[in-house]
Amino acid sequence: MLRLDRLELQVGAFRLSADLEVPGGASVAVMGPSGGGKSTLLSAIAGFLAPVSGRVLWDGRDLGPLSPGQRPVGVLFQDNNLFPHLTALQNVALGLRPSLRPRPEERARAEAALARVGLGGLGDRRPAQLSGGQQGRAALARLLVQDRPLVLMDEPFAALGPALKAEMLTLTREVLGARGATLLMVTHDPEDARAIAESVIVVAEGRAAPPVPTEALLADPPPALRAYLG
Amino acid sequence: MAGLCLGTLAPLLGRAGGGGLGPADWAALRFTLVQAALSAGASVVLAVPVARALARRRFPGRSALVTLLGAPFILPVIVAVLGLLAVFGRGGLLNDGLRALGWPPVSIYGLQGVVLAHVFLNLPLATRLILQGWLDIPAERFRLAATLNAPVWAVLERPMLRQVVPGAVAAIFALCLTSFSVALILGGGPAATTVELAIYQAIRFEADFAGAAQLALLQYALCGGAALLAVALTRGPVLGAGLGRAVERWDAGGLGARVADALWIGAAALFLLLPLGLIVLRGIGGLDDLPGEAWGATGRSLLVALGATALSVGLALALALRGGALAQVAGALPLAASSLVLGTGLLLVLRPFVGLGAVALPVTALADALMALPFALRSLAPALAEVEARHGRLAESLGIVGVARLGIVVLPLLRPALGFAGGLAAALSMGNLGVIALFAGQGQGTLPLLMAQLMGAYRMEAAAGVGLVILLLALGLFWAFDRGGRLDAAAR
Repeated sequence: MLRLDRLELQVGAFRLSADLEVPGGASVAVMGPSGGGKSTLLSAIAGFLAPVSGRVLWDGRDLGPLSPGQRPVGVLFQDNNLFPHLTALQNVALGLRPSLRPRPEERARAEAALARVGLGGLGDRRPAQLSGGQQGRAALARLLVQDRPLVLMDEPFAALGPALKAEMLTLTREVLGARGATLLMVTHDPEDARAIAESVIVVAEGRAAPPVPTEALLADPPPALRAYLG
Repeated sequence: MAGLCLGTLAPLLGRAGGGGLGPADWAALRFTLVQAALSAGASVVLAVPVARALARRRFPGRSALVTLLGAPFILPVIVAVLGLLAVFGRGGLLNDGLRALGWPPVSIYGLQGVVLAHVFLNLPLATRLILQGWLDIPAERFRLAATLNAPVWAVLERPMLRQVVPGAVAAIFALCLTSFSVALILGGGPAATTVELAIYQAIRFEADFAGAAQLALLQYALCGGAALLAVALTRGPVLGAGLGRAVERWDAGGLGARVADALWIGAAALFLLLPLGLIVLRGIGGLDDLPGEAWGATGRSLLVALGATALSVGLALALALRGGALAQVAGALPLAASSLVLGTGLLLVLRPFVGLGAVALPVTALADALMALPFALRSLAPALAEVEARHGRLAESLGIVGVARLGIVVLPLLRPALGFAGGLAAALSMGNLGVIALFAGQGQGTLPLLMAQLMGAYRMEAAAGVGLVILLLALGLFWAFDRGGRLDAAAR
């Protein structure tokens, strides 16, 4: 279970507060107007941004003292999720151990993960030799081998076309759902939220609200979200 | 870093005699300032029409010419001087022509020669800086000016030049202050001695270490001031790329403007290419005359160049990784301490303990490394910042930190910048005649020193041969490093 305990964040003059819980294994969309603080919230959970006050807890354990790499958190960014100079296999294997020479068993796990996301046999390619969708799949494969119980995604497939994006979301749900991981995903698109998330955290007006069931929220959005969705 | 650059000040301060500056020293100071001011002024004044012509014309070979404008930066100074001698020297093309017409010959020695050489070396830099200014004016502004029928010169070009020119003048002024090889060959005598040359003469011929220390301090202050001024006035990177396009214009279609532009471009290309071409031609002829020492000197030059490259790139990387204002200041310090001043300081420190000959090559490599450091840092720091901006968070979230981060992420992605920095350092060191002239004993010289000695003995054919070898090695090293960094980059 993820708990944000009276969390106060500040970036420059921008402030954001959050006091909420996300049950273990849940898939939650993070929505709200641009500049509302969605990415800021994820940064704090991932450990890139130190809170002014309050705590981030996972299963009761304070994550404050842990660096991003030590947290039980896997991250997928908007872009640059793969190192351009490494092969897909090396990129995936970095989820296991910070080394460019995976041991045989690590290699096998990375290859299995690539096969799981439909990239079997493409492990030797570099990101530039993969399509946008394939790059997204490789990044998913790394999340898979990382095996972190909490996964954060910041509009991960925003650069893909609608059909490809739907495909990637389905794959994400399958892959992470099978592991019982908890997912927080920033998205602009209500359809994404419907497709993948059972509840939504609205981030607006300096506050991240506790999760609300998706259908109920989208059927009757609060004013800030309504203005944004149009 | 700061220790090395400022540390050399201490022995200088300790040794500087209290006698004050003699009349010869004042003359050297005056000459240094006058020639630098004239060189900077002439380079920039000539660069403006050339840059304008390049900015608004498209013609076959334009990109080759722009590339060529980057070459003099790594062109060994002493080789360039030899090329100029071939054109403007006593037996050069110009005087041959004048003689044929029955006119009196002109001399390349003295102030006019020093300024000529500095213009040759810095006109390309000035042109690139000013061309950058022209290309930084957004194309839409030219369109706007065209639709309004507004005078482009008054509304766009003059304001741009007012911004760019002071920085260009200051940068070239600072570069010309530290010129040693040019003054050594084309200057000399009471009327045309620079401070750097005076330091060299005080040590080499008079063993006057107190006087040399005093002059070195003077030079330190001079260059420090000029470098600060240049940094304050310069905007944007000097080595910036992206000079490939020409801006579409609607105000320069007249025949007069076209002819003028063609003449400016032609004259600049001739001025730059003719000496270079003659170096190659005469160098090929002189290869047969290469003295036996040339082989040993080649080996030593390569050792020094590679050592300087490793040191320079290593230091630059450390400074770039350290980051912050302190690292920036440390990286800029070598601009104030010219390599000859640095060498003088080191010489004063080391002289009581070791034979100078024993440390000649390491000290030369160190001084060359420091000289190249500001340029290496300028190439590495932005590249490192970009790597961190793009991939820092991903590395962080995967727990790739510390040394592993360097090996897995940073160094591989920095390779193009590392290659470029290494190429610059290697080429600069290969062609640099500075500290080695102070330290080297018999049979210890590098190629540039050998070349200077041959020129001093009027063995011009052999000197041209050595010059060609230096040129090929400098360009070859630059190419090899730069290419090595880029290899495989296509896959990224």
